[in-house]
Amino acid sequence: MSRRGLRAVLALPALAVLGAVIAWGASGLAPFGHFHGFYGQLLDAITVPQRHTANTVTAIVFDYRGIDTLGEELILFAAVVGVVLLLRATGRPTEKDAAADTVRSDALHVFGVVGAGLAVLVGIWLAAYGLVTPGGGFQGGVAVASGVVVLFLTAGFRSWRRFAKEEVLDPLEGLGAGAYVSLGLATLIAGGPFLNNFLSPGRTGTLFSGGSLSFLNWAVALEVAAANLVLYAEFINQYVVSLVRDTGEE
Amino acid sequence: MIAVVLILAAVAATAVALCLDPLRQIVVNGIYGLLLVILFVVLQAPDVALSMLVVTTVAYPLIVLAAIRRTRK
Repeated sequence: MSRRGLRAVLALPALAVLGAVIAWGASGLAPFGHFHGFYGQLLDAITVPQRHTANTVTAIVFDYRGIDTLGEELILFAAVVGVVLLLRATGRPTEKDAAADTVRSDALHVFGVVGAGLAVLVGIWLAAYGLVTPGGGFQGGVAVASGVVVLFLTAGFRSWRRFAKEEVLDPLEGLGAGAYVSLGLATLIAGGPFLNNFLSPGRTGTLFSGGSLSFLNWAVALEVAAANLVLYAEFINQYVVSLVRDTGEE
Repeated sequence: MIAVVLILAAVAATAVALCLDPLRQIVVNGIYGLLLVILFVVLQAPDVALSMLVVTTVAYPLIVLAAIRRTRK
């Protein structure tokens, strides 16, 4: 029996058991849109009266479950620190490397300027209106970062590097993560629970709703945008370094 | 509608797994990701759909492509 055949024979019983367990687990679920969890129904009923945020998801993420989001934010922070520790040691692109990556198409340049600006704007809008419409700090942050990356794709490494400086991005990432923790500690010192919402909820459906959870929203937007840009910068550096090395021009 | 998108996503996921060339796999994975985005919208989870949209079309392909380029001899 070939290796491939042997693997299939070994995998099939395991896959059959896995499939049966999944089918068994899914068979008892309520249909989509008919969730019966008590916690979910409770939050659905109290979020708008209590916090005046039209987007319940944002109120859960940054207020009712704010401490979970702190954990997630620190996971992202630690992951990016790990990537930086591994990749920065392997050398940075020289001027020769940077010159090897150019984009000559004028059409792409125009598209890049418009596209990058538009994506960054959409990202900021998503973060700002996260309390009212779908979106929020995380979605806005990744959109801003991907908008800046459009510069690398359409205008080349040199244009990208002017906006993605590590000496700017590294402190911004730390500031975003630190601001979240600091807001939590500040409410502790003021005598309330950790990450307590200390402002009045404002008017429903406006940017002035949700109270202090919008500060946490912006802290996450900053952290996520900077973390993603640091991540992209490290991988793009690796790509650009390999350009000259592979073509053997050194 | 939900059933149609679920079946399409299952087909695309199988296609990703059956793709042997990593470069083609990333493109197919992008299509699979977009189907998941549509699924999230159909299931009325726009917040998840927005995150997934950016991660699956920009962040993930960019990082994987750079890694493939760097590690290929």
